[in-house]
Amino acid sequence: MRPQALLAAALLGMALPVLAGEIAPSGRRSGYDFMSADSKAMQDDDTANPAMLSVLEGETLWTTKAGAADKSCSDCHGAVDVSMKGVAARYPAFSAASAAPVDLGQRVNLCRRQHQEADPFAPESRELLALTALIAKQSRGMPITAGGDPRLASSVARGRELFVQRQGQLNLACANCHDDNWDKHLAGSAITQGQPTGYPIYRLEWQGMGSLQRRLRGCMTGIRAQAFDFDAPDMIALELYLMSRAHGMTMDAPAVRP
Amino acid sequence: MMRSASRLIVLIIAALPAAAVAQTLARYAIVGDGIPEPLTGQPGDPTRGRALVLARSSTCILCHFGPFPEARFQGDLAPSLAGAGSRSTPAQLRLRLVDASQVNPDTIMPSYYRIDGLTRVGSAWRDKPILSAEQIEDIVAYLATLRE
Repeated sequence: MRPQALLAAALLGMALPVLAGEIAPSGRRSGYDFMSADSKAMQDDDTANPAMLSVLEGETLWTTKAGAADKSCSDCHGAVDVSMKGVAARYPAFSAASAAPVDLGQRVNLCRRQHQEADPFAPESRELLALTALIAKQSRGMPITAGGDPRLASSVARGRELFVQRQGQLNLACANCHDDNWDKHLAGSAITQGQPTGYPIYRLEWQGMGSLQRRLRGCMTGIRAQAFDFDAPDMIALELYLMSRAHGMTMDAPAVRP
Repeated sequence: MMRSASRLIVLIIAALPAAAVAQTLARYAIVGDGIPEPLTGQPGDPTRGRALVLARSSTCILCHFGPFPEARFQGDLAPSLAGAGSRSTPAQLRLRLVDASQVNPDTIMPSYYRIDGLTRVGSAWRDKPILSAEQIEDIVAYLATLRE
């Protein structure tokens, strides 16, 4: 490489600072990479991936009329594989109506309230997981782009602050494990980098579907901290930071995880 | 008069948590890089200590591994406990369990006998140390037997 090219590369490196402890883009790995061959095979085969049952349920809900407006999702959005392509990869996204970021589940519930005039689905309800699984599947193979909107900058920063803050009786920050020790094992289980490429997921430990919020609450309880409430602003900020941290990684939702 | 009386009450209320702390946690003295005296005033029981090290609720082998052939799931996030008793004195082991951050402020090892300076502790665990003074002494007694 010529000296000028080396200088240019060095300057480029300086222009894109990686915060202390952060994983370099080339070193990022999805939770899929840490799984056993059996679990990978289960995810790769749609007829074996249990999350696809939730997707099927989502397809039914997509075309079912609901609420006082008696409208289905498809009445406004049409075919899910067209209108929802790439949508999950950019969530959480800024909602002008809420003047705050909303995650995919909250977006579905905003639609239910505003356009279907129906009651929102409860967090982690079968229906909400089914619709978000269906929508997330339409981003499979696409790069994560969430967090780029400048209106989200303060929430992304808040999310990172939470990520590096020590908390709970065990006094651990997310970063202590998922930035600094992701290649090691906690009681025999791979720690992983905490890259949220596949949510909602079918988690073998749960024997069921769950959102990123549920997964984060599990980790918080693990460090004996007070888990954030579902949909709390800090919860959304943390989700948003994690998605922006995974910028450019490939979506593999709905994923199987141990 | 009223004002000074109410100020006194405020002072008493402010002093209460400190009194509660004193009741919950045994006092200890750090000498050099260790705590020479047992927290309970008497040595622990190594057999109970071994059982505690292996118990999931103690959290030791979530991160550490060691000479525990019967424990299928052990962590590799932290050094092996094999030879812990050769590398460290009981006083050093005791301080590392009580509050490892006094030895290394950046350590990820939790402070097992500390209830202050923590953030957003879950209600089930609030104002309680991870391990009791007795449990810490039992674990110190066991770790001291791990020699190589």
